[in-house]
Amino acid sequence: MNTFEIALILGMAVITFAIRYTLFAVGHKVRFSPLVTQALTYVPVAVLSAIAVPVMLMPDGEGLQLSLDNDYLVGGVAAIIIAARWRNLLATIAGGILCFFLWRFLYG
Amino acid sequence: MSASREFLLGMRDTIPMLVGAVPFGIVYGTLAVSSGLSVGATLAMSLLVFAGSAQFVAASLVASGTSLTVILLTTLIVNLRHMLYSASLLPFVRHLPQRWRVALAFWLTDESFAVVHRHYLLNDSPLERKHWYFLGSCLAMYSLWFACSLVGVLLGQALPSLGDWGLDFAMIATFIGIVVPLLRNQPMIVAALVASTVAVAAHGLPWKLGLMLAALLGVTAGVVAERWALRDRPAAVEAP
Repeated sequence: MNTFEIALILGMAVITFAIRYTLFAVGHKVRFSPLVTQALTYVPVAVLSAIAVPVMLMPDGEGLQLSLDNDYLVGGVAAIIIAARWRNLLATIAGGILCFFLWRFLYG
Repeated sequence: MSASREFLLGMRDTIPMLVGAVPFGIVYGTLAVSSGLSVGATLAMSLLVFAGSAQFVAASLVASGTSLTVILLTTLIVNLRHMLYSASLLPFVRHLPQRWRVALAFWLTDESFAVVHRHYLLNDSPLERKHWYFLGSCLAMYSLWFACSLVGVLLGQALPSLGDWGLDFAMIATFIGIVVPLLRNQPMIVAALVASTVAVAAHGLPWKLGLMLAALLGVTAGVVAERWALRDRPAAVEAP
């Protein structure tokens, strides 16, 4: 490891830990208002959708790819259908990945 | 339930997440080495940072020769959502001694948050043992994440084209598996649709700013939609 790598990893480690620990550290003093509590219930849905949907719709990062050639979109829609129908996490992940690779194999 | 039973239950309930994390970890290892990070740095990042999407983004920024300052700023933005996770879990951990809070905070990820938060909201076991469940989930993720990073490094050296296989789809399938069951009411669906639309529209913004903007507007839309729903049907009061 060179100096850049050491600085990179230590910097990322400190920043990530600080984000995760700050509220836990002062835990006994923090009380959230009802609005903040209400807002927090929407955070996972908003953040994870914001990460996943752009990858599905534009896997190359350049413009929308709304076609059957887009295996990320086909696999993602399959995962959404499985999740909505069975509400089973393992089935969604395994089924989605299976559809993605089958589609890639058949059309790739 | 005993501490060891909670611990094992936390590990067991995290297994579905591991199915998504295995390919994701392997891709990270492969991608990081092909971006020019040394094997030592690739593995040290999995051990010390332990944040899949941030590690992924950092490796691709290293490959494009980005400066240290910009990579660290990007890490801050990509991981800021963990502060909101820790806020959601805070009511359940604030009674624990600091050494527990340090450990659980260090190991807090999207996957463990999803599993552990669900468990805390169940009322079938007393709160005082549930941090063992939290720890079990974290250690399952952590050990597997490191092992998969190592496998990725080794595979990447043997098969340099592995980065093009699309194994990163595993992350998408995992996030879909977490999000879709949460879409139980209209405000949740509104939050997901607004966040998705803004994320796609603002994709071109630098440093993943589009992601934070999308998250912020998605949450706002969810809150506004919930208030409207309550105003229209004052009798149908839902739990927040």
